[in-house]
Amino acid sequence: MIVDSSSPAPTKNSLLLSSEADLQRTQTPYVTGTSVIAIKYKDGILIAADMGGSYGSTLRYKNVERIKPVGKHSLIGASGEISDFQEILRYLDELMLNDSMWDDGNSLGPKEVHNYLTRVMYNRRNKFNPLWNSLILGGVKNGQKYLGTVNMIGVHYEDNHVATGFGNHLARPILREEWNENLTFEEGVKLLEKCMRVLLYRDRSAVNKLQIAKITDEGFTISQPYSLKTQWKFKAFENPTVGAEGSW
Amino acid sequence: MFRNQYDTDVTTWSPAGRLFQVEYAMEAVKQGSAAIGLRSKTHVVLASVNKANSELSSHQKKIFKVDDHIGVAIAGLTADGRVLSRYMRSECINYSYSYESKLPVGRLVVQLADKAQVCTQRSWKRPYGVGLLVGGLDESGAHLYYNCPSGNYFEYQAFAMGSRSQAAKTYMERKFETFTESSRENLIKDALFALRETLQGEKLTSSICTVAVVGVDESFHILDKETVQALINEFEIAGEEAPANEAAPQDQGGDAQAGAADQGPTDQGVAPMDI
Repeated sequence: MIVDSSSPAPTKNSLLLSSEADLQRTQTPYVTGTSVIAIKYKDGILIAADMGGSYGSTLRYKNVERIKPVGKHSLIGASGEISDFQEILRYLDELMLNDSMWDDGNSLGPKEVHNYLTRVMYNRRNKFNPLWNSLILGGVKNGQKYLGTVNMIGVHYEDNHVATGFGNHLARPILREEWNENLTFEEGVKLLEKCMRVLLYRDRSAVNKLQIAKITDEGFTISQPYSLKTQWKFKAFENPTVGAEGSW
Repeated sequence: MFRNQYDTDVTTWSPAGRLFQVEYAMEAVKQGSAAIGLRSKTHVVLASVNKANSELSSHQKKIFKVDDHIGVAIAGLTADGRVLSRYMRSECINYSYSYESKLPVGRLVVQLADKAQVCTQRSWKRPYGVGLLVGGLDESGAHLYYNCPSGNYFEYQAFAMGSRSQAAKTYMERKFETFTESSRENLIKDALFALRETLQGEKLTSSICTVAVVGVDESFHILDKETVQALINEFEIAGEEAPANEAAPQDQGGDAQAGAADQGPTDQGVAPMDI
């Protein structure tokens, strides 16, 4: 996280000579997305994420799509800096374009895309200029399901269920208890909604507008945004300040 | 080939629209010792004749493993072949590093062809003087490609290159329709038959040839001498004319006879001796 810009103010001469006039490395994140969670189920992969883009502690943007398709076989979900996610989408677009230009019956599957992303993320980390994201890459190819994650320092792994950020602390314990490899689509969605509800209650940067995406051998679908029902009528929440220290 | 006034530079066209330097490079391939390849839906077999400079020296290495799923046989300037094999290995390993999966052979072959083409369009370079038979796997199964110095590449069911390769081609032209569904063993036997055709009477033994196989469930590897010799003996006993029959048992006595007993009927189907 080194900020390395030309100072003092560059004179005309030094700008021409210096190749570091505008060198800035990341940084801190500005507009961020929160958790993404994903599971393998009977026919493929399910991924869920809300549509919030926070600006620090302000829940500023509420229509951010954080799950996107990659080629025919994969989906990517991202948390962290949204502009870096958009950059990653451009890299992936170029990658898939070149892959389809071969036009030879071979195509990059989710495993290959995940590995490519790992190399990109780790490489940026080594230059002290990371892409400030935690990514989830899921997909199905030739009947084989694949689900992996990679983050800004290049840590990567695959599993039957993965999550980013707060999802690791709040959602994965639920998934460890309740996941099995024969979940139907409906069961999978219910499980993810259960996790998203916990995150909605407990994660300050969560917003109540989410999308769930699925990918199978046939293709992908990303749902329209919708909200979860929440329950706030608890006695402890009624008149919360009655009897508090210093109140009357 | 006659001397031409348009053949000094690779970047000079002849009035007939030919690049003579490229054609001369392809001649170099024809001077090398024979190498053949054939493929079925699931396997590719490469085989080559090993020439040695003299009795005192070792044989030239003509077949290279490029990756677990790709191998290449070369004919022509072996030094050029070695350099291109190193390039191919490098491409495969870089792809594996970035994508954790195998480089499809069809893509490697295109990269190789583009590399060869560069040398046909630079005045300070010369074309590679080597033909490459690339056998490998991708998502749709087993493939065999021939890359030539001109930068062209073609996919083949079966191919032969190098000196006296026409004899092998003739044999394979008769039999290629059976290759797609062929078993691994029969494919190797056909390769050895074809190779023998290029020897024009010289005796085929495992010491003067190299055979390599790659398959959907089998990593690319070169068969060891004993295996190759056993296969040679099998078909030499079964399908041979009388004179050769007397010669063969002397070499491998017990093994050959046991082989013949098992393989007799099958080999009569395979033998090309009914001319």
